[in-house]
Amino acid sequence: MASESSITTSGYIKHHLQNLTYGEKQVETAAGIWEPTGELGFATTGQEAAQMGFWAINVDTMLLSIVLGTMMMWFFRSVAKTISTGVPSPVQNFAEMIIEFINDTVRGSFTGGKNDLVAPLALTIFVWIFLMNLMDLLPVDILPLAVAQGAVFLFDADPHNVFFKVVPSTDPNATMGMALVVFGLMLYYSFKVKGTGGFLGELALEPFGKWALPVNLVLETVTLLAKPFSLGLRLFGNMYAGEMVFILIATMYGAGLMLGSVAGLLQVAWAIFHILIITLQAFIFMVLTVVYIDMAHQHH
Amino acid sequence: MDMGLVYIAGAMMIGLGALGAAIGVGLLGGRFLEAAARQPELVPMLRTNFFLVAGLVDAVPMIAVGLAMYVLFAVAG
Repeated sequence: MASESSITTSGYIKHHLQNLTYGEKQVETAAGIWEPTGELGFATTGQEAAQMGFWAINVDTMLLSIVLGTMMMWFFRSVAKTISTGVPSPVQNFAEMIIEFINDTVRGSFTGGKNDLVAPLALTIFVWIFLMNLMDLLPVDILPLAVAQGAVFLFDADPHNVFFKVVPSTDPNATMGMALVVFGLMLYYSFKVKGTGGFLGELALEPFGKWALPVNLVLETVTLLAKPFSLGLRLFGNMYAGEMVFILIATMYGAGLMLGSVAGLLQVAWAIFHILIITLQAFIFMVLTVVYIDMAHQHH
Repeated sequence: MDMGLVYIAGAMMIGLGALGAAIGVGLLGGRFLEAAARQPELVPMLRTNFFLVAGLVDAVPMIAVGLAMYVLFAVAG
């Protein structure tokens, strides 16, 4: 919500879509020329964050995704430690429900023989992405305002310069990172199951036979690279769009009584619809991961 | 740049994305109902796959809506 009237709508949106970036501080010297200062610190503007380059860290994404991942592991571990064969506790029922759901899905999609990695991987991906997407359902200003107040209190920072992007999966770095891990596993199993020759042969000889080798190579390489790319971008795009709509609804609260009263209804409606989207996207990411690793196991 | 073009671009993104997804979901839902009527015992499996493909199709217009909103309100606004 726009707490001060001087904040414009586009400024508010951009502030919300900016990651809290930590890296080498940059200064704008002449018109448009940025130079590194050699100190480490948080970026205070969006341009500075963009200038920090490759080695900058999006602290909010890292922090939230690691915290959520730790919560997930703690939850399943605590259930596993107190598991009983008698009457299960409600928590145990809940965990068993999730695990059975994943188990059924993996059994339905994975046909590549014995593999101890795929089902735990699918469980991790599903629950972790679901939790990261779930941050979308928090009202958009709660965590950013809390972090800004904390930063003002602890470090005497300017609250306008403290960025905080709440949903880790609206950061392409997070989603593409996960897609890259899946891609690495695809390559690993392709080489392991088919052998180097088998995999390269599949890349080079597959659709049109050996006389069209360059065409095959180009086609198959594009197909291979498109898989992790679309996997990561689909999750990012959906979450980014959803978050964008939430932010726009939040700007309506500052736009007078008429729009503000509609905004509450809109926010509830979009949040309920979004419960479907976040679950579906986590599910799709998981199923496609299993299918891709399954395809890596298939001999042709 | 003429700001009017930005609004046209946003409208086209939302409109064309919605058009394609509407056709896709229409076909998908129709086929799902046909298959469910023919073999009702397959409905649980079909429903899972229906939601999976609906999510894949739904992603495209949602991404278009998000980008269009960004263009309309953050770039032009």
